[in-house]
Amino acid sequence: MISVRNINKSFDGRQVLFDVNLDIQEGHTQAIIGRSGSGKSVLMKHIIGLMQPDSGHITVDGIDINIIPYAELRKVRRNFGVLFQGGALFDSMDAFENVAFPLRTFTSKSESEVRAEVMECLGMVELPDVGKKMPSELSGGMQKRVALARAVALKPRYILYDEPTSGLDPETSNTIDELIKSLADQLNVTSIVVTHDMHSVLNIADRAAFIHEGRMHWTGTIEDLHASDDKVLRRFVKANEYQIGV
Amino acid sequence: MILNPIRALGKYSQLLYHAFGALPEFGTYRVNLWQQMMRIGIDSLPIVMLAAAFSGAVTTVQTAYQLVSPLIPRSIIGSIVVPSMILELGAVVTGFILAGRVGARIAAELGTMRVTEQIDALEAMGLNSIGYLIVPRVLAGIVMFPVLYVAASFVGIGGGMLVGHFGGFVPIGEFLEGAREFFQPFDPVFGLIKSLVFGFTITSISCFKGYNTSGGAEGVGRSTTQAAVASCVFLLLADLVLAATLL
Ligand SMILES: Nc1ncnc2c1ncn2[C@@H]1O[C@H](COP(=O)(O)OP(=O)(O)OP(=O)(O)O)[C@@H](O)[C@H]1O
Ligand SMILES: [Mg+2]
Repeated sequence: MISVRNINKSFDGRQVLFDVNLDIQEGHTQAIIGRSGSGKSVLMKHIIGLMQPDSGHITVDGIDINIIPYAELRKVRRNFGVLFQGGALFDSMDAFENVAFPLRTFTSKSESEVRAEVMECLGMVELPDVGKKMPSELSGGMQKRVALARAVALKPRYILYDEPTSGLDPETSNTIDELIKSLADQLNVTSIVVTHDMHSVLNIADRAAFIHEGRMHWTGTIEDLHASDDKVLRRFVKANEYQIGV
Repeated sequence: MILNPIRALGKYSQLLYHAFGALPEFGTYRVNLWQQMMRIGIDSLPIVMLAAAFSGAVTTVQTAYQLVSPLIPRSIIGSIVVPSMILELGAVVTGFILAGRVGARIAAELGTMRVTEQIDALEAMGLNSIGYLIVPRVLAGIVMFPVLYVAASFVGIGGGMLVGHFGGFVPIGEFLEGAREFFQPFDPVFGLIKSLVFGFTITSISCFKGYNTSGGAEGVGRSTTQAAVASCVFLLLADLVLAATLL
């Protein structure tokens, strides 16, 4: 369980997050939606302690990650898999080594076990043949999928996805949505999916949280989302429906 | 580093403190150390030796040029070239080359990793990014710099000697005689200490600059230049401080 309590965050005097609250239950898939620049990625980085709030607290399984020593924070982070918005693949390693990296670093698996698991992960994102390619030789969408394979390699309890389907064609997007769903269902992963793709929100999420201009404007279940008559939220959803032609 | 020196110094010390704290976990980062030693040391060897050979040769020619009196024995060229190489040139020539070569590369590498969130990705996995990225680079600098210094000194002396002999300034025998006559056992020790300090200075400053990069590709460019410039400036400063305290 992850709780975000009264987070405020400014960069160089410009406030980006205003008193943000959010609770994410075990096993749930929580979508975080909002327009570009509304603070979604910043919120995500707070959840794994990559950014420190100016005030407020984040707890993971009851542990306040903003007050624990760095060594403890690192232990908490091992429960997480993170897909960064830009992929963040290590550009000194090929795709295979990128996915193998967490396995080699944090497990004592044999080389053949590592190989088998990496191939499985690359298969899940439908890229079984790119192992030898360097990140710079992959398209943006392919980089994103290799990064996704790396994020799930250790079968973490929590997975944070920052725009997992942006830049992907609709068919591949669906595959990724299915993957996120099956990880959540089969391994009981708690997922946080940052996205502005309403199509995937409706597809995969149990709950949604709508950030507007740095404030948590609306939270609720997907059913509530359909029923809501909040003007700002409706406008955001409408704009998306228009895009995907629902 | 230039605008806000006190704050920069504070952040730099903090980084070193964290790097020191990451030393016990060194086992995890051992592979990186080997790789960095290869890159910093072996890859730089040719250019360092080239520069050292020329500086030794030039020192010989200039010393010979300044010795106009026939009363001064020519062996004095050896007694000037050898200590110059061991005390100053061997370490400083190596230092300047590595400030440009290694310093800029470290800053560009870490800076790119910072702006493309690769450092965040390491941290998010639960790795200590300072331990993983910075400790091996600084250690590699501390280990490989003295090695390069020794190579530079030998090659520089050799270059000076050969130019002296074949240029008709001083035969090899007299050159070595002069070198032996004025040899101080502390000189190479001083040179080694100096090269070790230079290795630490250059790698740690460049890591600091690269690790704290912000602002995209432009930021990486800025960090890279600043790393090379700051490395050179602090190298000169360290050179003076060491000479004043140890000699
Ligand atoms: N490291 C930083 N330093 C300064 N400002 C930042 C930093 N990171 C984010 N911001 C600012 O915070 C605001 C929110 O950024 P964030 O990346 O969270 O947006 P987002 O909701 O993820 O948008 P997008 O959908 O485009 O990714 C932006 O105005 C951005 O300029
Ligand atoms: Mg974002």
